[in-house]
Amino acid sequence: MTGPMTRPVLAACAVVLVLLALVPVLESNYLIDLFNEIMIYALFALSLNVIIGYSGNVSFGHAAYFAIGGYTMAILLTTYQWPLLPAFAASVAFSFVASGVVAYFCTRLTDIYFAMLTLAFSMLVWGVAFKWRSMTGGDDGFVGVDVPAFIAERVPFYYFSLVVIAIAVAVLWVICHSAFGRALLAVRENPVRAGFVGINTRLMRWWAFVVAGTFAGIAGSLFAMVHRGMYTESAFWPESATVLIMTLLGGMYSFFGPAIGAASLFLLERLTNEYTEYWPLVLGTILLVILMFLPEGLAGLAKAVRRQILRVR
Amino acid sequence: MLKIDGLFKQFGGFVAINDVSFELIEGEKHAIIGPNGAGKTTFFNLVTGHLLPDRGTVAFQGDDITGRPPHRIVKLGLARSFQRINIYPRMSVFENVQVALIARERREFRFFTLAAGLCGPETRALLELVSLADEAEELAGELAYGKQKQLELAIALAENPRVLLLDEPTAGMSPSETEEAIRLIREIADARGLTLLFTEHDMTVVFGIADRITVLHHGEVIASGAPEAVRSDPMVRQVYLGEEEVGNGAA
Ligand SMILES: Nc1ncnc2c1ncn2[C@@H]1O[C@H](COP(=O)(O)OP(=O)(O)OP(=O)(O)O)[C@@H](O)[C@H]1O
Ligand SMILES: [Mg+2]
Repeated sequence: MTGPMTRPVLAACAVVLVLLALVPVLESNYLIDLFNEIMIYALFALSLNVIIGYSGNVSFGHAAYFAIGGYTMAILLTTYQWPLLPAFAASVAFSFVASGVVAYFCTRLTDIYFAMLTLAFSMLVWGVAFKWRSMTGGDDGFVGVDVPAFIAERVPFYYFSLVVIAIAVAVLWVICHSAFGRALLAVRENPVRAGFVGINTRLMRWWAFVVAGTFAGIAGSLFAMVHRGMYTESAFWPESATVLIMTLLGGMYSFFGPAIGAASLFLLERLTNEYTEYWPLVLGTILLVILMFLPEGLAGLAKAVRRQILRVR
Repeated sequence: MLKIDGLFKQFGGFVAINDVSFELIEGEKHAIIGPNGAGKTTFFNLVTGHLLPDRGTVAFQGDDITGRPPHRIVKLGLARSFQRINIYPRMSVFENVQVALIARERREFRFFTLAAGLCGPETRALLELVSLADEAEELAGELAYGKQKQLELAIALAENPRVLLLDEPTAGMSPSETEEAIRLIREIADARGLTLLFTEHDMTVVFGIADRITVLHHGEVIASGAPEAVRSDPMVRQVYLGEEEVGNGAA
């Protein structure tokens, strides 16, 4: 997690990128939509992990910033007819500011109090989306987002989404492996000692929260465009829980773990829904298995298996 | 260098530090001794900003630093190590020291400077100094106790302090590790011209390093002065009676 980009990881990233780029070749609208959704949620889960895995706090309200990014994008593109770039920039900037304000309050607290306050703020955001009908469409949702013509078709949008997410993930990777990322790990591991080597732990946690919120906002903006709409569910607490489960399932102690978690959860959900209607039951079981047997998620499992193989040799 | 005036701290109704005044002179190696529960760690916590005093002031190089948070006090050149192991267990030994250097150079908010290799030479030099070079890539939490104690020291040294507070730097170490640690601490303090303030139960360590000793008992200073004077102080002898003979080694 803290090491440099190793060759196998770099190779794996390249392979995944190529495979994702090849998805439209299959000419299946279902698959294109599915993978677009997976990529968006992968970025969403990776962003949450800056708070969870790197700063060591649990957020129960991360959907708020996804929704803020999404609604801002939807409103600017459609209601105000902004061009794509300014709209995107403004939506990212607004996610940054909103998470900054919330982080100011949340980082005063730790542990369960921190988690509960993030939840409270997300309910506030949900409440605004729900009540501010004239702006957000309320519980009918914001329907019909104007997406610029050059990416209006499914395939061009897919590539647009892929490029934006690849860049976002790369930037997030650098941030997590930067001097900041390393100091943040120290804050997670031992905030008292981190303070005693001169690190302002509260400010570090503030930045972690803001980075997470900003990248969630990017994911949300893409979501609004791919769905041509934004709905209050995106701000509601079960959405925060879903992305939390993705992060835990993939593994919070690995940078790419949450992305793997997002993909796994999506694919599992689709598969399960083919055969039964008991997805919540399956989800509950998955959660149970992670908590009982896989505290470091799928990425942790992969690491353990690799170590075992190396030992056998 | 460090001037403490009328420091007072109570927990609930229990007075842990009672009107302690104290001065640390530049360049000296000063030991604080006292029986278990005397208030030594609490005193350190008050000086370094970990705890807020109820009354009294702490001044460092003429600046009143009372009530400032630890991360700001450290930046002034006042570092400490801890009695109980206080490291980053799931980070490598290298990273444990590296983070202190990153913070010292105020690079903790560099978002786009990759950490790998950052401050490499200096980190390795510090690990070399405390004989942990071979363990650089191991997880700090998996080191043997004595080595964790050395790591603790390396982290404190990485902050390049002018005053170093060591809370029982050899507690729990084997006799040979203790001897090595004393040699190292004395050497580093001399080489860097450090002002040293440390607590210790092991009297060989105390008399092996200190050129001034302050005795704390029930949160009050009962004696302070040169080692020989303190050793023969009747009050001190009384406090230590039945616990240990001052100057006779084993704690
Ligand atoms: N945070 C706290 N809350 C309540 N009581 C405390 C706290 N910290 C210390 N004390 C009490 O204050 C007294 C002094 O403790 P302190 O740890 O400073 O002693 P010490 O001299 O360092 O002892 P030792 O030699 O065992 O390390 C003890 O009676 C302890 O129980
Ligand atoms: Mg103590």
